[in-house]
Amino acid sequence: MTAWIVVVAVGVITVLCKAAGPVLLGGRKLTGRTLAVVELIGPVLLVALVVTQTFGAHRTIVVDARLAGVGAALVALLFRAPLIVAMILAAVVTVLVRHL
Amino acid sequence: MLAPGPLLFGISFGLLAPSAGMSHGATIVFSATTFAGSAQFAAVSVLGVGGSAIAAIVAAGLLNARYAPMSVAAASAFEGPWWRRLLEAQLIVDESWAISGRTGYRRAILLGAGLLLYPLWIVGTTLGLLVGNRLGTPEDYGLDGAFAALFLGLALPTLRSPRAIGAATLAGGIVLVLTPFVPAGVPLIAASAACLIGLRR
Repeated sequence: MTAWIVVVAVGVITVLCKAAGPVLLGGRKLTGRTLAVVELIGPVLLVALVVTQTFGAHRTIVVDARLAGVGAALVALLFRAPLIVAMILAAVVTVLVRHL
Repeated sequence: MLAPGPLLFGISFGLLAPSAGMSHGATIVFSATTFAGSAQFAAVSVLGVGGSAIAAIVAAGLLNARYAPMSVAAASAFEGPWWRRLLEAQLIVDESWAISGRTGYRRAILLGAGLLLYPLWIVGTTLGLLVGNRLGTPEDYGLDGAFAALFLGLALPTLRSPRAIGAATLAGGIVLVLTPFVPAGVPLIAASAACLIGLRR
């Protein structure tokens, strides 16, 4: 029962959040300061996700094998490697460092 | 290109959910309606450690609140009557949003990526439920590091202006500082306040 309450509530919240922009704004273009703020959403949330996914663990910040994997991926990306190559490299380095 | 990730994460969600007391039906319905891995994992992990339904809903809801600003950014990709925009908007997930963002949120790319990822996510979830605990965890395959690398690879091309770099640095700092003190998901929401740097002329 608890599980179904969570499933329905989270589902409704998610549907509404995802629909907020397309339903309220539709195909209209933003201008001026609103546009300046919205253009920053990409870099801001993506970097926040990088930090969360690299250092986050159950409400603590930890430095572990993931950082080595991300570091390897960063070097690969700076040398213009394709994204999928950087991801595979990150997975391999993460696993290797984790089992050192 | 993105197919193995969502499929494997879907499988791992299918593996994880029953251990938190979710029935198979609820697990599949969760993947089909919420279609956002991080929030689903958050909800299941809260329930798994004995958290209440409210705690699970708040954690997952806060994580997915990021879709509000993300869907605003991608709003120009959606056309037609409101109900159609509402349905198509459900195809916004981190990956489809970020990839289409590289082309100014082109409609075909956002919806195409979403339509590819959606069945993979549900098939993966179902496979995980069927297989049970025989495959190991995403961590065994370094998938956690690979997903950080995915977000990094998507972030780098967006860091073009000094303002974008400044806002992104601030956002990363907010996450680092807040993570130990607030529930999962809140740091991402707080970090999105860094976008307000755009108000400065």
